[in-house]
Amino acid sequence: MVHAFLIHTLRATKAEEGLCRVLYSCFFGTENSPNDAQPHGAERDRLLRKEQILAVARQVESMCQLQLQACGRPAVDLQPQSSDDPVHLRESPCGAFRLTAGDPFQEPRTVVWLGVLSLGFALVLNAHENLLLAEGTLRLLARLLLEHLRLLVPTASLLLRADYIEGILTRFLPHGQLLFLNDQFVQGLEKEFSAAWPR
Amino acid sequence: MFTTGAESLLRQARAGPQPESRPVTAQGGVSGSLVAGLPTPSSLFRELRDEELGRLCARVCALLREEDWGPDAPDALRRLFLIVSATKYNRRLERPCLALLQTTLCSPTCPEQLQLLCAAVLREMSPCDSLSLSCDHIQNTRQLGLVASVLLAQGDQQQVRSLAQRVLKVLESRQPEGPSLRHLLPIVSKVTSLAPDALREEQTRALSKRLGDWLRYASVQQAVAHSSGGFFSTPRARQLGPVTEVDGAVATDFFTVLSTGQRFTEDQWLNVQAFSMLRAWLLDSGPGGSSAPDADDKSELEGSTLSVLSAASTAGHLLPPQQWLREKAFEYCQRLLEQSNRRALKKADSDLQKACLVEAVLVLDVLCQQDPSFLYRTLSCLKPLHTRLRGDPAWVRALLPVAQFFLHHGEAAAVDAEAVYQHLFTRIPAEHFHSPMLAFEFVQFCRDSLPLFGRSLGILRTSFPNLFKFLAWNSPPLTSDFVALLPSLVDAGTAVEMLHLLLDLPCLTAALDLQLRSLQAASERPPWDVSIRAPGCLEALRDSQVQGLFQHLLRAHASGTVERLTPLYRLLQPLAGCARVVQCAEAVPTLLRAFFSAVTQFADGALASQLALLLLERSDSLYQVPGYEAGVHRVLSSQFPALCKLHPPLVVEQAKELLEFVGGPRSGGHVLTSVVWAIGEYLSVSWDRRCTVEQINNFFEALEALLFEVTQSRPSTTLPKCPPQVITVLMTTLTKLASRSQDLIPRVSLLLSKMRTLAQSAATGSTPGEEGVGAIHTRATELLNLLKMPSVAQFVFTPSVEVSEPRYHRDTNTALPLVLRTVSRLVEREAGLLPG
Repeated sequence: MVHAFLIHTLRATKAEEGLCRVLYSCFFGTENSPNDAQPHGAERDRLLRKEQILAVARQVESMCQLQLQACGRPAVDLQPQSSDDPVHLRESPCGAFRLTAGDPFQEPRTVVWLGVLSLGFALVLNAHENLLLAEGTLRLLARLLLEHLRLLVPTASLLLRADYIEGILTRFLPHGQLLFLNDQFVQGLEKEFSAAWPR
Repeated sequence: MFTTGAESLLRQARAGPQPESRPVTAQGGVSGSLVAGLPTPSSLFRELRDEELGRLCARVCALLREEDWGPDAPDALRRLFLIVSATKYNRRLERPCLALLQTTLCSPTCPEQLQLLCAAVLREMSPCDSLSLSCDHIQNTRQLGLVASVLLAQGDQQQVRSLAQRVLKVLESRQPEGPSLRHLLPIVSKVTSLAPDALREEQTRALSKRLGDWLRYASVQQAVAHSSGGFFSTPRARQLGPVTEVDGAVATDFFTVLSTGQRFTEDQWLNVQAFSMLRAWLLDSGPGGSSAPDADDKSELEGSTLSVLSAASTAGHLLPPQQWLREKAFEYCQRLLEQSNRRALKKADSDLQKACLVEAVLVLDVLCQQDPSFLYRTLSCLKPLHTRLRGDPAWVRALLPVAQFFLHHGEAAAVDAEAVYQHLFTRIPAEHFHSPMLAFEFVQFCRDSLPLFGRSLGILRTSFPNLFKFLAWNSPPLTSDFVALLPSLVDAGTAVEMLHLLLDLPCLTAALDLQLRSLQAASERPPWDVSIRAPGCLEALRDSQVQGLFQHLLRAHASGTVERLTPLYRLLQPLAGCARVVQCAEAVPTLLRAFFSAVTQFADGALASQLALLLLERSDSLYQVPGYEAGVHRVLSSQFPALCKLHPPLVVEQAKELLEFVGGPRSGGHVLTSVVWAIGEYLSVSWDRRCTVEQINNFFEALEALLFEVTQSRPSTTLPKCPPQVITVLMTTLTKLASRSQDLIPRVSLLLSKMRTLAQSAATGSTPGEEGVGAIHTRATELLNLLKMPSVAQFVFTPSVEVSEPRYHRDTNTALPLVLRTVSRLVEREAGLLPG
């Protein structure tokens, strides 16, 4: 099961170095806290969730940067050459890391991430998920989001198109359930989505 | 209970507005007119005042109240979502607005797009105290899914349970043209993971039965395509024939996630959902799971009949539902194993085959744990599977679950299990160290399986040179895992070899880089740093001596031997600037600390001596990576005293080597300081009776010469300046030695006076206020004062071991408090802090 999904910026411009911004995030359910004697109040719980997501985004950003550096790929690689260039998701940096219990989530989690140009996509998973499936699902989500939100066209935005993201997530990652979808199932769902959200 | 991590996050958050709360503007690919037609993003989100938010809410309310579902409504809702989600602090929405969002979400006629937005806003607001949403009367399963997502975000266990009951009720209502059940299974899966006791026993049983049916008896015909044949004709249906396998052949057996076609029926969808949630369901509902409903209930169960299909499985219906599900799951996994052998026509399907194979093996593992009667059937198909997989590098990641299976059930197939581990630890790291995902999974596998290795732990331990390849190549994400893994990897037999390899880790990174360069065809996209070219390195590899060292560094298992790699350092020097090598070098100090804290738990005197010498020897024999030596020296210098403390006689035992070290050429001050300190502390009869006056005198002379050398060479511009710590520690150690061999006291007093004068003149000389000069002066003065009373000096400099016992500090009648008072008077008198 996926605990959370997020999209965030990668490598801010020089002027904003160190700023990692979460563009979209979504939790699937909340963590159990059986030991929690006293409820902390809604406001504090919400704040904690936002900080948890930001902590993940920051880690993904630095992991992605380190991986690119290690491969000797300069930062310019991350800028789209032109809007017509197809994005090679297969060559995009991707990886996984572990979050120990308590930091920042109560339970241990695994993060699978994918960096596409200036965007980072990440799934926060329960500890023993099928990582091949998670990686495939993350690539699928990234491809769908890039295509349907046309994120690489300079005038596009994802900030004001949350309904697209939600529409894609409810179909391809319902309630955080990773699905074994073969290509025909994906095409069917994509058609269904395109019919509901004409581009 | 909030853990430390969570607390620190909250503290950070409260410390003030963080960058995150600033407006979200994207750059690069997502820049541009993000919010065309709106004020600039910054004024929109950051400085948005309550009245502006109020206006937007009013607009949303007006649109939703009138059920105006034109283009304005989604536009307004999107903005509302962005405003609510862009800050981590609460945005208050008016109650009427909240109420309308909920009504719209539950409205049977509202378009999906708007409902998604309403749900998203409500979820972003949650946890929210003023929510009145209920799922009790929703029939539409898609809508129920959306409401569920909001309710689950509240984090209220009671709500989770009532949601579970509602979903189960809809699932159980068997209307022929009923709602599409496939939207419900993911909710069930989520709910059971959040609240394992949400379903009653009989409900779990019933659902297990149905899951088994969905898995095994989905239609093998493709769905009927409805196409309207024109304005006047009735919609006509077209049969598309049987489903096919991923290689295009007509399906030979029942439907699975690897069966494909043009369109899919509802039960085929359920098949996909059922398999996707199967493993978690088995774990949650099986024996040892949170609910254990595996009673011997053989009656027909409510909700269990897909009557048309059950004819084929009458016998199966006699099984209790949990067993029934396991039986069906077993058949399903077997079929997946068979299907994964087919050559997929599409790349995406070929990826899915691998994920399915991994899942199938994981499910089989769970089945065998829950019911050992599956074991022999499973083993008979996993052995050939392993043979198949090990021959094909594309399937390498599927080897891990297979190995895990053998770990769990190895006692039933000990011989095969050994072969599986041998292959895993010998071949995989050496051949696939450069795959970041595999590296992560492999290390997780080692970590998670540690308690299971049992007598096979030896294989894991001796494979550390191979495992370190993953670390050397992917140090940023793996360092923390290796810190956790090291205590289990290291033992007395491998500690020395492992320490050498840890110190050579950046060199290993460079060697792996070179190995990749030499293996890969030029046309392939290189995974290494292309900005650095090293043709000379490749040439030099042909040399047979270098070849030998190279092979030693890249060995798969612990060899029990140690090689001096200095020629390799020189050869690989062009690669030392690679970012990957530098990243690895940065990780080494952390790993060294983990190593020493593990080793000091079990090291005996012999091992401690061996490691201490190794540490001195390697301190000036490291691969030259920028910043590496300094980082390593910091750790080594803190570990040397720790090893001496562990085994104090080592200073006396290794006197010859230590004398050589302090007399030899040195690079940094850190290690020298700690060695000199350790000599002063432990070169004494109270630690080792073998300590002789002659030894003390020898050390005194060597250190005196050293002090002379470092203070004389200070004005020289060619030598690095000696840090003041080294001088003060040298003075202290000389004084300590003199207190143990009192003939030396006049010599050390003279020396200290000279140092004091030197420091004084330096302070008033050309470089006033030079760092550390004051410290040298103070220390020299203190030591001189102490030496005036030799018996006190001896007590202070060589306290008996019992002094560290608490009794000496609590009991005012012991001599210690008195001595401490005397000493501080003596020491401070000259400094003029206390009146005579």
